[in-house]
Amino acid sequence: MAEVQAPPSDLRPAKSVVYCGVCTLPPEYCEYGGTTKKCEEWLSTHHPSLHTALYSPEALSQNLSILSVEAQKRAEKDAAKKAAKASATEAREAEKRAQSKIIIKRVERNKRKYVTEVSGLEHFGLDLKKIAKEFGKKFATGSSVTKAPAGGEEITVQGDVSEDIREWLEENYEQIPEDNVELVEAKKKKDATAG
Amino acid sequence: MFKKEFSPGAKSKVKSSAQRALRTKLLETFPKLEPYIDEILPKKEQLDVLKIPDRVSLYVLGTTPLFYQHMDDPLIPHLQLVHRYPWCFPRVRIDRGGVRFVLSGATLMVPGLTSPGGRLPGDDDAGEEYGNDGKEYEEGRVVVVDAEGKENACMVGVLKMATGEMKEKKKGVAIENGHYVGDGLWKLELR
Repeated sequence: MAEVQAPPSDLRPAKSVVYCGVCTLPPEYCEYGGTTKKCEEWLSTHHPSLHTALYSPEALSQNLSILSVEAQKRAEKDAAKKAAKASATEAREAEKRAQSKIIIKRVERNKRKYVTEVSGLEHFGLDLKKIAKEFGKKFATGSSVTKAPAGGEEITVQGDVSEDIREWLEENYEQIPEDNVELVEAKKKKDATAG
Repeated sequence: MFKKEFSPGAKSKVKSSAQRALRTKLLETFPKLEPYIDEILPKKEQLDVLKIPDRVSLYVLGTTPLFYQHMDDPLIPHLQLVHRYPWCFPRVRIDRGGVRFVLSGATLMVPGLTSPGGRLPGDDDAGEEYGNDGKEYEEGRVVVVDAEGKENACMVGVLKMATGEMKEKKKGVAIENGHYVGDGLWKLELR
């Protein structure tokens, strides 16, 4: 066997870059991300040495001195605007999350046959298609994303699995508060023609 | 190109023959990657290709994005790769004032590169990092864009204008539709 060729010694090893846990950018770009405050806190707890290097007063003042005064002002204004926007969207989303409900509806399809319709999952940032697939796998039934009559989309699972879905949601998605999941029972409206 | 966030389409495996072709193409575009190619694209690993909007395919190894390609255009490295091997790619630098525009998805304009804070090959102050041995980059070249005072690159893209022309005109578009830190491609979650 031939010897395994040793890697040349002058090879520079790959650089490992730390990425901010808040905005995912490299920490030096956090100031452009709009969540600077949070990023700074994250960095100071996770990578204190980097934090001191980036956020020391000297480093800050040096950064600013490169730009002209006018550009500085503009950049500052821009950053403030961005930060405000980011925090506003966050607040809005949190509120929406608190308000929105997941409704698990058990619909009678035929005597003793049910389908379960789950709506409202999208408010919690879940991908309906993926979840539908998961349901299908878990309960071994048909499960699909369908258009809800009221507009929007919902997941329809064949069979009565409302309790199981609630349990599954609680187990797998901690970001969903328990109180926001509601079980409802409904009879399917008979078509007017079918008398 | 990836200003908006998007969700990836179908993921499929890359044939080993296609994988080999990709490897040679990659080395053609970025010859300096040669010593690292086994680290980046191990021969035995299964490479995946992800379809993303606008007919772009993204090559992924496990959970690390490597390159993307719009139809048959040149391969463009994902910034995570650039950050790991920054010295392997042709680089230019923009001044501090331009950074915030780049990071909000604007086209990169030439003045950002020609101003005192910017660096182009052939500049007196380019140094080893940006010098490229005094040779200019031609139009259509994939370059990595660093930022003044920052360690990591902030953007990659295809040059719209040769660097020599930039120095003459000092205005116009330098890179359009690049991939920058914090854009949709950057935020793409790979599972």
